Amino acid sequence: MKKTEKKNTLSKQFRDALFYQNPILVQLLGMCSTLAITTSCSNAIGMGAAVTVVLTFSNILISLLRKLIPNQIRIAAFIVIISGFVTAVQLIIKAYFQSLDASLGVFIPLIVVNCIILARAEAYASKNAVIPSALDGIFMGIGYTGALLILSAVRELAGYGSFFGISLFGDDFVGIQMFVLPAGAFILLGVMIAIFNRLLAAHEAHEKKKNNAALTTAAGAKSSETESAAENEIAGVRESGGSDAALKDACGKIGDAVENLSEEDGK
Amino acid sequence: MTEILLIMLGAILIENFIFSRFFGICPFLGVSENPDTAVGMGFAVILVMTVSCAATSLVYDHLLVRFGLEYLSTIAFIVIIASLVQLIEMFLKKLIPSLYNALGIYLPLITTNCAVLGAALLNVEENRGFIHSVVFGFSAAVGFTLALVVFAGVRARIKNCDVPKSFRGSSIALVAAGLIAMAFSGFSSISI
Repeated sequence: MKKTEKKNTLSKQFRDALFYQNPILVQLLGMCSTLAITTSCSNAIGMGAAVTVVLTFSNILISLLRKLIPNQIRIAAFIVIISGFVTAVQLIIKAYFQSLDASLGVFIPLIVVNCIILARAEAYASKNAVIPSALDGIFMGIGYTGALLILSAVRELAGYGSFFGISLFGDDFVGIQMFVLPAGAFILLGVMIAIFNRLLAAHEAHEKKKNNAALTTAAGAKSSETESAAENEIAGVRESGGSDAALKDACGKIGDAVENLSEEDGK
Repeated sequence: MTEILLIMLGAILIENFIFSRFFGICPFLGVSENPDTAVGMGFAVILVMTVSCAATSLVYDHLLVRFGLEYLSTIAFIVIIASLVQLIEMFLKKLIPSLYNALGIYLPLITTNCAVLGAALLNVEENRGFIHSVVFGFSAAVGFTLALVVFAGVRARIKNCDVPKSFRGSSIALVAAGLIAMAFSGFSSISI
């Protein structure tokens, strides 16, 4: 019983990091590197891997030290820890992946000020145990890499007609310059966020419908249970360091549950 | 002298920190909702970036290079920037309270603004001397402020528009930023 419960929270954490709390598409963290380096898929994978490594290790160390670091200087302590790991990753990339170093350039040391890492340290690792923090780092890193990969796949395909450096449309293909230019990066990311918003809204409406159906079939005796379930959902969102939007959304769900309840009472 | 002018022109218009180098996008999207806060943030960034470029350039040339510690530059720079921001905050609070009241809330945010660290790292990468580093830091910050204020004006107008539901918020802001970036890319044809 307990094992399945654990599995459930784990898969929820994973889904949150990948979709509902995606660092780029929902939380809008770490936009600088996202816009700058997504001109090719191999850049995206390199950057994603570097951020994931730094995020995981800094989450582990900060979680280990969370009781030792005084509250007043925690941000400074986090930044020093993070910059230590970033320097290590930077030296490794310089030594073994020279081409990646050339194309990512100054954005590798800039991982230090990438908001994702500080945000996860502050919102999650400084409050949770080591293993969940490490998993949070890995999952958030995967969510970040996934969003980078989608954006860079579109930009590389439209701008250069290639995928991971392999030319797809032959030599006489003329790429659309705009997708590679900074302007294209801004517009494409804006459109991607809009599409993602639409998908999330559709998913939400679907879930709501399912919940409502379940509510109406359930007898009045069970109604108190659904309300507490909605309350649990709010607590869950708070725990996962959710954004205001997610919180509001959960509040809306509670409101719906209460409404349904009063309707049933009327009957 | 001409070199200094070229650095300024390059950092403000041609290689604008936001629209062509993508530094400092988070505060750019965060504080551009209202033109007044954009101006406040812009001036705070100009102040911090000029001072931090001077400090990091001095520390790099006279401390890190002398002792062969160049690989520590990332850690050293971020510590310098973080403590400098704190110092400027205390200094302003004591000496120029009116300026502190205007800029105070933006100062702590600047520590994690990647434009500040980015400018320091670019100075090292391009081997700029002390004076050129300070000029670059100042003019890059002016370019940042210009972009921020222009964008805040655009966003103030977006507020009154009927935007499709999925595009509301950051999405339409990014598309608008893309259109401004397109206008700024016209400057890239200036060759210096």
